[in-house]
Amino acid sequence: MTGTLQAHGTADREASDRELERLVREHTGRLASALVRITGDFATAEDLVQDAVLAALRRWPVEGVPDRPDAWLFTVARNRGLDALRRQSNYRDKLPQVRWPVADSGDDRLQLIFICCHPALSRSAQIALTLRVVCGLTTAQIARAFLVAESTVAQRITRAKRKITEARIPYRVPDPEELGGRVREVLAVIYLLLNEGYLATADRAQSRDLVEDAEWLSAQLHDLMPAEPEVAGLLALIRLHRARADARFDPDGYLVLLEHQDRASWDHEAIADASRLLQRAARRHQPGPYQLQAAIVACHAEAADWDSTDWEQIVLLYDMLLHLAPSPLTRLHRSIALRYTAGPEAALSEVEALAAALDRHHLCHATRADLLRAIGRGGEAQAADRRALELTTNPAEQALLRQRIDWSDDAR
Amino acid sequence: MPVKYVLLFVETEQFERDFDALSPADRERAVGLVYKWMADHADKIRGGSKLQPASTATTVRLDAGAEAVITDGPFVEGKEVVSGYTEVEADDLDQVLKMVSTWPGCPLVEIRPILEMPPAAA
Repeated sequence: MTGTLQAHGTADREASDRELERLVREHTGRLASALVRITGDFATAEDLVQDAVLAALRRWPVEGVPDRPDAWLFTVARNRGLDALRRQSNYRDKLPQVRWPVADSGDDRLQLIFICCHPALSRSAQIALTLRVVCGLTTAQIARAFLVAESTVAQRITRAKRKITEARIPYRVPDPEELGGRVREVLAVIYLLLNEGYLATADRAQSRDLVEDAEWLSAQLHDLMPAEPEVAGLLALIRLHRARADARFDPDGYLVLLEHQDRASWDHEAIADASRLLQRAARRHQPGPYQLQAAIVACHAEAADWDSTDWEQIVLLYDMLLHLAPSPLTRLHRSIALRYTAGPEAALSEVEALAAALDRHHLCHATRADLLRAIGRGGEAQAADRRALELTTNPAEQALLRQRIDWSDDAR
Repeated sequence: MPVKYVLLFVETEQFERDFDALSPADRERAVGLVYKWMADHADKIRGGSKLQPASTATTVRLDAGAEAVITDGPFVEGKEVVSGYTEVEADDLDQVLKMVSTWPGCPLVEIRPILEMPPAAA
């Protein structure tokens, strides 16, 4: 095995950080599930994985990427792990298993995802654990991506692992009757990664692309559970976003609204693939929030231009989404579509009905501003835009709102 | 090796009001469901009790100065009070979660693993 572990060529030395991250992610989950099986202890395995990841990120850029990154990671983890195993009484039985390659089954990877996203853990712990153990992020990378202190992330991980051990959270694939709820839990974690990554702007461009992790995770999950339509729905949703990601910002880093995006720069092949994935899921006739959101995004992605958007269909999909998952924010999004089917006045009265529930939400005020402007109430529109500006902390959205306020100043 | 947990049953004011509003027959039925649940899970249940209402509680505070301070009522005055506990033994948390998901009584149940103490030195 040592032969395969030798680092090779200088070409690999130039492997960018992104490529390194991708390589590490490709192998971390398998390493983690193999180690849990061997050590019989999730917390120990998690430590060993993190050590191996840190060693890889430190040494690969200098020594080159090994021919067999998976075997390399395993060897690092094994050397540390042997110490842990020696403290266990049944060490002799387990030692022969510490050999590469270890058998890999889909169930192993599923168990790993399900324990990280166990509903008895807090959402922030689920996210941190999943990113560390399944995607191979370091604590520092997680902290940077979520703009929190590294010690906060470390503490979340420590607490979560302690709870897994003390409260005996099992390492297993949930039974069929609990599976639905447990899959929803995993999807919620991935969806949060998508949102967090989607909202990240230029100032976070140097940190981890969480949307890529979200896509990778849902692709894994889809691979392991091809019959779950909501998993396919979330994967399609993420791919539809990624296919258009480049058009969201102009060369100066300003946010470009959908209406003004250059649709030629969208990845139309990826859009078509994602739409097919969604259609296959829809054939199971088990609609869910992720499939519906993906269907709404697909309506936008498939429209040749803004004017040919199928707003009737979009409003209908929002109605279905609201039926399954009522939320004032979804109603707000529906009202944006309503403007093009029922007119700005109808949309405005819908937004105003939501004002109390969404008073702290910048999008509510920005939408109201848009609609007010459309019916010639410019003064009120500007006040609403200013309120929106006060409420958003996202720099790209702030820039967009400032621009809009400046324009309406000029227009007067 | 099985793990021991304590289930802390927590009642809310609303639950108490709803229960009091039941007809005697419905109340009996509700209590019957709880007994049935206990019987269904007898293989895991290791003991426990229903408590007298929170109005009968007395709290002793030992960190408020040299002398213990004795007050009437539970340690937190809240809308939610512990109304009973059961000790259970299970293979893992998921088994307990499954069992608790069919609990027919009060609306909140807290699950806490028991800290296994090493046997005291003789």
